[in-house]
Amino acid sequence: MTKPYFKSSLAATFLFAFILNPFNFFAQENNPIQDLGSSVHGNFQIDAQYYNEDSLIGAPKVPEKFLSNAFGNINFIKGKFSAGVRYEAYNNVKQGFLPQYKGQGITNRFVRYQDKLFDVTVGNFYEMFGNGLTLRTYYEPGLLFDNSIDGIRIISNPYKGITLKGVIGKQRYFFTVGPGIVRGVDGEININELFDSALAQMKTKIILGGSFVSKYQSAQDPVLILPENVGCYSGRFNIIREGFNLGAEYAYKINDPSSDNKLSYKYGDALYVTTSYAGDGYSFLFQGKRLDNMSYRSDRAESLQNLLINYLPATTKQHAYTLLALNPYATQLNGEIGFMGEAQYKIKKGTALGGKYGVEITVNYSQAHGLKQYPVGDSANARTLYATKWDFKELTGKTHHVDSILKNGEYIMQDVSFNDNYRYYQDFFIEISKKFNKKVKGTFMYSHQFYNRNIIQAGSLNAGYKNLDADLFLLDITYKYKTGSALRFENQWLITPSKNVVTTSNGVGKGNWATLLIEWSINSNWYVAVFDQWNYGNPQDGGHSFSDALIGITKTKPNDLRIHYYLLNAGYNSGPHRLAISYGKQSAGIFCVGGVCRNVPASNGLSISLTSSF
Amino acid sequence: MKKIILLFVIALFASNFVVPGDGDKIPTATVKKLDGSKINSNTFSNDGKPIIISFWATWCKPCKKELDAIAEEYETWQKETGVKLIAVSIDDIRSSAKVVTDVKTKGWKYEVYLDENQDLKRAMNVNNVPHTFLINGKGEIVWSHNSYTDGDEEKLYENVKKLVKGESLSH
Repeated sequence: MTKPYFKSSLAATFLFAFILNPFNFFAQENNPIQDLGSSVHGNFQIDAQYYNEDSLIGAPKVPEKFLSNAFGNINFIKGKFSAGVRYEAYNNVKQGFLPQYKGQGITNRFVRYQDKLFDVTVGNFYEMFGNGLTLRTYYEPGLLFDNSIDGIRIISNPYKGITLKGVIGKQRYFFTVGPGIVRGVDGEININELFDSALAQMKTKIILGGSFVSKYQSAQDPVLILPENVGCYSGRFNIIREGFNLGAEYAYKINDPSSDNKLSYKYGDALYVTTSYAGDGYSFLFQGKRLDNMSYRSDRAESLQNLLINYLPATTKQHAYTLLALNPYATQLNGEIGFMGEAQYKIKKGTALGGKYGVEITVNYSQAHGLKQYPVGDSANARTLYATKWDFKELTGKTHHVDSILKNGEYIMQDVSFNDNYRYYQDFFIEISKKFNKKVKGTFMYSHQFYNRNIIQAGSLNAGYKNLDADLFLLDITYKYKTGSALRFENQWLITPSKNVVTTSNGVGKGNWATLLIEWSINSNWYVAVFDQWNYGNPQDGGHSFSDALIGITKTKPNDLRIHYYLLNAGYNSGPHRLAISYGKQSAGIFCVGGVCRNVPASNGLSISLTSSF
Repeated sequence: MKKIILLFVIALFASNFVVPGDGDKIPTATVKKLDGSKINSNTFSNDGKPIIISFWATWCKPCKKELDAIAEEYETWQKETGVKLIAVSIDDIRSSAKVVTDVKTKGWKYEVYLDENQDLKRAMNVNNVPHTFLINGKGEIVWSHNSYTDGDEEKLYENVKKLVKGESLSH
């Protein structure tokens, strides 16, 4: 079924063969000062895992026992031309990824020509208009996210300071393309570069931009008249003056009934504002956004991370440590209002508090709420639409809300008392980093997180979870005992007042957690690490019955769910090559990508990762 | 299947002629300066002296450790070898506003660029950050290294010095 899609890759391969004919290489070596030269680059990565079944932690039985994800890219450059291919192989895809990634094939190939005036790409490409509110295609191999457009892109700089872009094509969908056609144009003007006069020298820089994107998908719904062409446009600006930055973008999308918004005919819009000021040794940052009904896909029936055209970033702190990132937030495409503020300060070295090396302090606060929704009767068509309003204060009152809209005028109306239901996420975070002497440095973090699992993980207010309200602590200390050799010690705690609150995505994790990591970097090539993530506060209520044959009765004995998820790691790095091996248990987690979160089941086994670039 | 075999044959064929990362020019990609203007990566230059290109992200702890460690020695490095460090952030729009605040708070004196949709990252085949490249005076990529262990910056600087003296580099 997917064959016709690959046929074109053959033509591309021949083109590379042409570019790569051996005479070009000799020519390059004879003439090393050739303007752009010709070269071949590439990279590959293989992630494989051997799985053991472990019913206690919720690691399912894997029939294949061994699963692997792999990809390889090769890029060819020859003067103004470049070309590339990517081969991907899933035999079968690892646990936690979408099962439609099955088998292998060429998933990306392109040919590109670039000169001063034009930049033309034929094939798969990645593009972002402005902040991505109308269009962003990107590739994240670790998350298996790839919404590249397979088509044509033209970028032109007709005049200094002006950039024009045009794209058309269909989006990658696993090993084929999605049904919808995506078309878009974007223009950006850098006011300072436009004029030679005093403006070019001016300290204040002004950049203006706008974009228009449209998708086409035929509609054959027997009941509803669905728009086949859905347009989305936006305007944006950036003002930058030395340490000061202010940028905003507003996007508007016409009605776009989809499975995401339960076939609502309401328009969508989004506002994204970011501003910051940074001086020498201190800075402030504020980001705010409000979006309503802004899911935009090239297939109205799709869900999860598939065929997203635009990108709606979460305005919350991005955590990198295990427990702090155990419950990550993802933008709610149907509607939310959120903001984040951050202040950073570096206490200068040589002061009483700063010591010999200085101290860095970061304070961050972020939150996200749902939008208030009002039912709007559409008597002519016997349907109910909804309207939304942005308001923080009203989130404390009691009102009628439409939680979902169904086809043919059916709808569910609910009396929602707000409480925490429409509070999606909150995070108060402090980080203090200090280098004590040439050998020892440390980081301390504290975070208070509120996490609405019903909305973020289950997408419904009625999924029956209790919200997570937790205090998290972290200590990370590195002791560099000689050049290229170090010991790192990391300790994290997650403390939640209610023992029965679910703390991992599969429900096995409840109550408090602690982790301990000891990592030994033997030299700059080798490292080994031991990691233990312990659910010590679990109320151990995972009971099961067993029969005692000797005395002929059936008893119930609870499983001890205070599980140690231990993990042994070892790795080898050399230049651009890296090999990592780990063995042990991993708790269930959540992967968030493109504003959508996906559950990753717990696993128990041996995993190997090899990555290399050339 | 045929085209896959063909592809591998081409790759093998190509690798016979090109030593990995040896002498290739910096690929072209558009990146953003902190003042919002755009620049092509093939214009990265340092008057015939070596360049270090370091790919990093605001959420990447080892990346920041590496850049912090280099920052302490950077003045000396520049005086002794004239080397310039270009820090390319791969933060996307979610966190790219944090690049300027991090850089200024930390007081890094590097040339910093934003690669918000990771065009340069892909063009240079970077899988994970941190990933560090060394570019010689002719603008050719001569060395690269991924990941960071405390003390790696000393090894990097050894190679910068070797490059200036014209000696061969070590991994």
